[in-house]
Amino acid sequence: MSLTMFSLKKSIWVYHLSAGSCNNCDIEILDCLTPRFDLERFGIMLVGSIRHADVILATGIVTRKCLLRVKRVYEQMPAPKLVVAIGACACTGGIFRTGYNMAGPFDRVIPVNAYIPGCPPKPEAMIDGVVKLIQSLNGKLPAKKVR
Amino acid sequence: MSEVLLALLYFLIFPGFLFTAVIGLFAAWVDRKVTARLQWRVGPPWYQNFIDFLKLMGKETIIPSGARKITFLSAPLVGLVGITLVSLMLWQMNLYPATTFLGDLIVILYLSILPSLAIMIGGAASGNPLASLGASREIKLLLAYELPFIVAIFTPVVIIKDIRIGSIVSYQINHGMMFTHHISSLIALVVAFICMQAKLTLAPFDIPEAEQEIMAGPLIEYSGPSLAMFKLIKAMMLFTVPVFLITVFAGGMRFGGIQALYSVIKYKGYDAFYSSCIFDYCFCRRNEV
Repeated sequence: MSLTMFSLKKSIWVYHLSAGSCNNCDIEILDCLTPRFDLERFGIMLVGSIRHADVILATGIVTRKCLLRVKRVYEQMPAPKLVVAIGACACTGGIFRTGYNMAGPFDRVIPVNAYIPGCPPKPEAMIDGVVKLIQSLNGKLPAKKVR
Repeated sequence: MSEVLLALLYFLIFPGFLFTAVIGLFAAWVDRKVTARLQWRVGPPWYQNFIDFLKLMGKETIIPSGARKITFLSAPLVGLVGITLVSLMLWQMNLYPATTFLGDLIVILYLSILPSLAIMIGGAASGNPLASLGASREIKLLLAYELPFIVAIFTPVVIIKDIRIGSIVSYQINHGMMFTHHISSLIALVVAFICMQAKLTLAPFDIPEAEQEIMAGPLIEYSGPSLAMFKLIKAMMLFTVPVFLITVFAGGMRFGGIQALYSVIKYKGYDAFYSSCIFDYCFCRRNEV
């Protein structure tokens, strides 16, 4: 296991990307980061800039307006990059999958590494998802540059 | 030849870079842990800041298309060299007060501005509007705290009528701590404490990086190793600036016997002081470094 991999697993900085969600998943993400669940003890931190991030927490169907921005944010992220789709909309499109404004779900736009279903998923489910993502990494990282 | 090697050793290992970096990252962890305990959380493990640094070193460096490439990448190096030199000189004066030279206090005051200067230059060179907003706030903050800080630091100089740090340290060895023996020094220490908060951009003075409004301020476009360097500069300042105040006002830091323990207690006392300032805002503050 490389040093990069080892340190990435213990220090995950997350960036919150909302692409046309109903705000429910976003509120649950914020709940997940409150002192009650204390994600800082695992080294997980919310950062404000995509340049600092290791993981994108993606919520919402990708609307047509958001499509270009989502791609751009993903490209602006520095190399070992992971994406977690949170909520039914981000995973499959949910009840909006036949909507006129639907450009997603997320895995049709950018590579997604983990899916956390639910409407919205509970903070416990999100922690479980991130732990499974960390375990699945074990030594292998996604390609350096995805074009 | 051996003198050059010894100087390199001083600069890179003992009182210089490595020593300050390790203690600084550890002090930054204490800060995070205290915040966590005040919020009834468990908090990060002791190696968290080291792991964060290691991870950032392994990440890709992205240079934004609107940025000035050389300035953008060299700014963190300038800050790192500045803070390392400050730490090196301070420890040299503390351990061997005889190596002091005329006006070294002024040199240290100037060098300690370098990290703030690096943040300004780096932020302004990154070509991001939020970063330049943060840089301009950093300039305003610097203009506000630097004058009272210098006036406060010069109080002991006026008392002993000598502008050498070594003289201040040896005066305190002979006559006791500055701030317990001179009332003007005590007042100056209070002023210097408040300025130290601003110099470290902690709690009430964190306007350059106010994450609620301008995300990460001047650091917003930095990624990978350059961001790691800025985090390291922050951590090193967390160690060096209190040591500076202890040197000038509280008798300096020494190793050997009971003095070493006393030095650690002094540093922790200063640490606890600004950690207690955290108490005021810990309930509205989220996880941050």
